[in-house]
Amino acid sequence: MVGLEWYLGVSAILFVIGVLGVLISKNAIVVFMCVELMLSAVNITLVAFSSFMGDVHGMILVFFVLCVAAAEACVGLAIVIAIFRNNITADISKINLLRW
Amino acid sequence: MSEHVLNSIGLFVPEIILVASLCIIIVADLLLKKRTHAGGWILLASLVLCFFAFSAQSGINTSAFFAMIAVDPFSVFFKVILVISGIFIVLFSMQNKELIPYKNRIGEYYMLIAGMMLGMFLMVSSTNLLMMYLAFEMTSICSYVLVGFTKKSIRSAESSIKYIIYGSVSSGIMIYGMSLIYGMSGSLNIFEIGAALSGLESAPIFSMAVLMITAGIGFKIALVPFHFWAPDVYEGAPMAITALLAVTSKIAAVAMLIRLFRVSFTGVDATGMMAIIPEGIRWDMMLAVMAAAAMILGNLAALWQDNIKRMLAYSSIAHAGYIIMGVVVLTDQGISAVMLYAFMYLFMNLGTFYMAMLYANKFSTESIEGYKGIGYRAPFTAVALTIFLVSLTGLPPTAGFIAKLYIFGAAINAGWIWLVLVAGVMTIVSLFYYIRVARNMFLYKPEGETEPVRFDNFTTAIVLLLLTPVLVLGVYFTPVLEFIKHSLVMFGVQ
Repeated sequence: MVGLEWYLGVSAILFVIGVLGVLISKNAIVVFMCVELMLSAVNITLVAFSSFMGDVHGMILVFFVLCVAAAEACVGLAIVIAIFRNNITADISKINLLRW
Repeated sequence: MSEHVLNSIGLFVPEIILVASLCIIIVADLLLKKRTHAGGWILLASLVLCFFAFSAQSGINTSAFFAMIAVDPFSVFFKVILVISGIFIVLFSMQNKELIPYKNRIGEYYMLIAGMMLGMFLMVSSTNLLMMYLAFEMTSICSYVLVGFTKKSIRSAESSIKYIIYGSVSSGIMIYGMSLIYGMSGSLNIFEIGAALSGLESAPIFSMAVLMITAGIGFKIALVPFHFWAPDVYEGAPMAITALLAVTSKIAAVAMLIRLFRVSFTGVDATGMMAIIPEGIRWDMMLAVMAAAAMILGNLAALWQDNIKRMLAYSSIAHAGYIIMGVVVLTDQGISAVMLYAFMYLFMNLGTFYMAMLYANKFSTESIEGYKGIGYRAPFTAVALTIFLVSLTGLPPTAGFIAKLYIFGAAINAGWIWLVLVAGVMTIVSLFYYIRVARNMFLYKPEGETEPVRFDNFTTAIVLLLLTPVLVLGVYFTPVLEFIKHSLVMFGVQ
């Protein structure tokens, strides 16, 4: 029997990888992939908790998180395309018109 | 069960009106001739209808849809504020010159505003973490698109991508915090979370979860250290949307923060006093430090801004700090001070943004240096802008003074002397950059063109609508206080 802490550990590691990826990566598409990774970590936590507690609400929340992740990725990619048309780049370190 | 659903639908009428108007705007956009603001007028009518529907809900204190949302005086108060600001935002949008090149898809613009308003209505009334997360995301996703609506402008596209990156990361962090809270309390309902947490010992994981949730909501309020997006996004977005982000979504997020912290993370100790649960988590100290940081950073950074939108962005970060002072206290006095501040902030900040938009339209400048001599060319609007800025500073006899007075009073009563000292000093600092605008308008002779500029009656009417409350509420604010006193009731909280 795999204990709850193992699931939580995996999800915490995934979440940290996601956050680090957002901080480090320079490509906008990779940033969105890392955000998806963070949301997957959230889903693992929710499913682990809800199956160990025998409570169904957490699993329902997982479905909504999936939907929101899809909507966010969809809007995000559309915005990346808009900026690509203006700037011909998806490198966020070069998107620096607005600062200070 | 079916009876409960029917009752809930009866309580949900204003939101249904908004959803219906959203659908009608889509259809009208397809059927009617393009290049009109038909969508805007439909949205305006539905918001006015919503306003009356909310007025009919005063005094109701119940929960609907299986404890998903609460219809209580607290949420109705905030929804009325949101509706009023929504009406002004629609009026601003009709005059915003930045939107003219996108006239053939302006229907989508109003549709997205309707979606965002719906999200914010749900934010202030949700009593379940699921609903809170969904409402939050509904508001966020609509606003990402709205910020980048003028997509041919490089600035708008850039601010939009910055907004969505910061927004999706911080909402990811927030939902992770919520999942931890769910694991520890075993429920998504905020009342059950409160009950479960009150029996628990404190642990580092609680502090982490609370901090993560604050990060998500703090992003919407633009609280330091989650404010990095605000100046860039405010500068790049169309002016009406900047006002929407600075006023409406900020107030909605504050209301959600208050409800979550009041219900879930506050309990009653043995002596009947309000106490923080689980014991040992000093989230009030955490919020106080964030508020102080927001006031210091916002006011100091605003000092050397030349773009008016950027200056107002830092000023709105500072105002987030003032508002959070009331949340730190979180007694009835603190909450009523926040409500009063939100009500006053609505008029004075919308007024300032409207003036900035008018000047951007007429003089095509967003630079404060470019405001030189405007006082001689457009005296009425310049005086109005000066009054709004004085009110934002918090000087009598304007509404801003009363708002600050009540917030400071609540904080002093609760013993947060150092916080009030920081706020007081920073208010004085803020005088410098607000008055700089007035100085440029009145103390310099106009360069180049000097003939007076006329504004049409529609514009003057909107200015008067915003100006009157700022002046009147500075002197005669008893009705608002009465309204707030009746609106303090939150469902499930004594």
